[in-house]
Amino acid sequence: MSDKDLEKLEQEWKENKFDKTVNRFGQRKEEFKSDSGRTIKPLYTPLDTEDIDYEEKVNYPGQYPFTRGVYPTMYRSKLWTMRQYAGFGNAKETNERFRYLLEQGQTGLSVAFDLPTQIGYDSNHPLARGEVGKVGVAIDTLADMEVLFDQIPLDEVSTSMTINSPASILLAMYKVVAEKQGVSSEKLAGTIQNDILKEYIARGTYIYPPEPSLRIITDIFDYCSKEMPRWNTISISGYHIREAGSNAVQELAFTIADGIEYVQAAVDIGMDVDDFAPRLSFFFNAQMDLFEEIAKFRAARRLWAEIMEERFNAKKDKSKMLRFHTQTAGSALTAQQPMNNIMRVTLQALSAVLGGTQSLHTNSYDEALGLPTEDSVKIALRTQQILAHETGAADTIDPMAGSHYVEKMTDELVEEAREYIEKIDDLGGMAKAIESGYVQREIQESAYQTQKKIENKEKVVVGVNEFTEEESKKAENLLKVDPEVEKQQIEGLSKVKEKRNDKQVKQTLKSVREAAQSDKNLMYPIVEAVKAYATIGEISDVLREEFGEYEGQYI
Amino acid sequence: MDKKIKVLIAKPGLDGHDRGAKVIARGLKEAGMEVVYTGLRQTPEQIVRSAVQEDVDVIGLSILSGAHTHLFPEIMKRLKEAGRDDIPVIAGGIIPEDDHQELRELGIKAVFEPGTPISKIVEFIEDEV
Repeated sequence: MSDKDLEKLEQEWKENKFDKTVNRFGQRKEEFKSDSGRTIKPLYTPLDTEDIDYEEKVNYPGQYPFTRGVYPTMYRSKLWTMRQYAGFGNAKETNERFRYLLEQGQTGLSVAFDLPTQIGYDSNHPLARGEVGKVGVAIDTLADMEVLFDQIPLDEVSTSMTINSPASILLAMYKVVAEKQGVSSEKLAGTIQNDILKEYIARGTYIYPPEPSLRIITDIFDYCSKEMPRWNTISISGYHIREAGSNAVQELAFTIADGIEYVQAAVDIGMDVDDFAPRLSFFFNAQMDLFEEIAKFRAARRLWAEIMEERFNAKKDKSKMLRFHTQTAGSALTAQQPMNNIMRVTLQALSAVLGGTQSLHTNSYDEALGLPTEDSVKIALRTQQILAHETGAADTIDPMAGSHYVEKMTDELVEEAREYIEKIDDLGGMAKAIESGYVQREIQESAYQTQKKIENKEKVVVGVNEFTEEESKKAENLLKVDPEVEKQQIEGLSKVKEKRNDKQVKQTLKSVREAAQSDKNLMYPIVEAVKAYATIGEISDVLREEFGEYEGQYI
Repeated sequence: MDKKIKVLIAKPGLDGHDRGAKVIARGLKEAGMEVVYTGLRQTPEQIVRSAVQEDVDVIGLSILSGAHTHLFPEIMKRLKEAGRDDIPVIAGGIIPEDDHQELRELGIKAVFEPGTPISKIVEFIEDEV
């Protein structure tokens, strides 16, 4: 049938059927909008997708621009990695949780560090008081990392570490622990988050100003390209940008713009794009708008591939492949009627699977109330296993392709994100756009509008503003971090300090300082300092003295 | 016209999650209050100093890291030492229900859980002041 005939048919349908029915029964809302505010039509048809050239913009999986997936077989060969983010208390407790999760069929590890570790303070620092072991595991020296990965074969699991400013230190520790297990660096698989830009935008665990922070990151790119070829050197994260309140378009645009900034920084110091780009990875949020989320993941792949080719002249396919981790949205969890969160997480996880994620963390239903229990974490993992093995969602590649709605939205998201990226280019790139406050303002505006929509019930949240209950049942037996953990951690740190060779610590820290003052790669001296059991605080302090500290910025 | 109610919104500790703090700050402003936001990583000393210097009518603490059990008693103690324990303190974030009683005993007037409408917080503040 020609497009002209179809146009006629569609017009007839609209006039004779749709409009008439609307006249009689009306519609539930005056306007239907996606989470990011795009108007949603009542129906999508071949007319909406006629301009989307299949070969150019969609194509087959494993082929540029990778809209349908980065691998030719996707989940038919290998399911996504089920990777639950975990960490609390001390290294011993977290090691037990890790081994429990692996026994339950989890296939990768993901380490949550406590805030002092993430901000480069030892557990005995005054600012660490009350924070040790709270939102993750406390790590002060290599000794803690040895306990954390005790009896976990690092040549068999892949490990993701949510660590940013001190990423080089934790990566060095991981490498040394593996060496002690007899596993060589080139075999190690995993990811460090190492994404400082989104810390300034949304997450807040920055230490140094942007310029030296970018240098630390490109040092890691360079080091890993030589020493740890299977390691993902960065996880460019939209997750926290979304959690801070942005919508899907902003999450996509700001994440890709961060990616552009990192690639540019590495190219600027003379690295060949195809030497490091294959090890870049991404991290997205899975929110509640099922179809927009699926389209977002597909759009992200296409947009990144196009940018790597057009802007950076990447030659290798691998340099253009956007591989990503997904976590379901923490901000969508409600404290009210918390069991409802299990259903929310299921649908969010489904969007990630239909969007072709490489790994997935599903939140536990009780996380709006406190730290998740072993039972709630197990349900979250089981949710992934049910999706993988019972629903058939993983049995064909990119099953939503060809949906006029999803294809159209994928295309629109790419275009809308490009408009944002152009604006950011005009501001001088992402680092400058953050400095000017533009990115933060955009996100804050979205966050506030979302809150207003919830308050005036334009956006319904079950159990919160509709279908509420007087006394909703709260989750029970929340996990508590024993206040003794802090004391024990500090005692442990003192013991390590007594036993180590102080002269060696001093010497290695001096080498770190010299590298910081020159353009030598920081990773090599950091590995030596870690081996000497220098603490995270000591190494970070040397860099603080050399690089200065970033002052927060409040818009 | 009555003097505007002045509120300090503070982020104690190392926690970097400030979506809630910023949304509340804006909501209170739109409800006609004057709001001072401290920014991230504030020590108890810094928070009390800001509250005293700015002579605020209410302090709102936002925390999601679990460090409230250490930081909130510190803040309340220093407020008392500064002779300003007359300023009502309210809190929000991820604060397990089990801890609410203990926090109220410290003198914290209310703990708001995620999902609380801004209007409810506005109402509470207006009643307190």
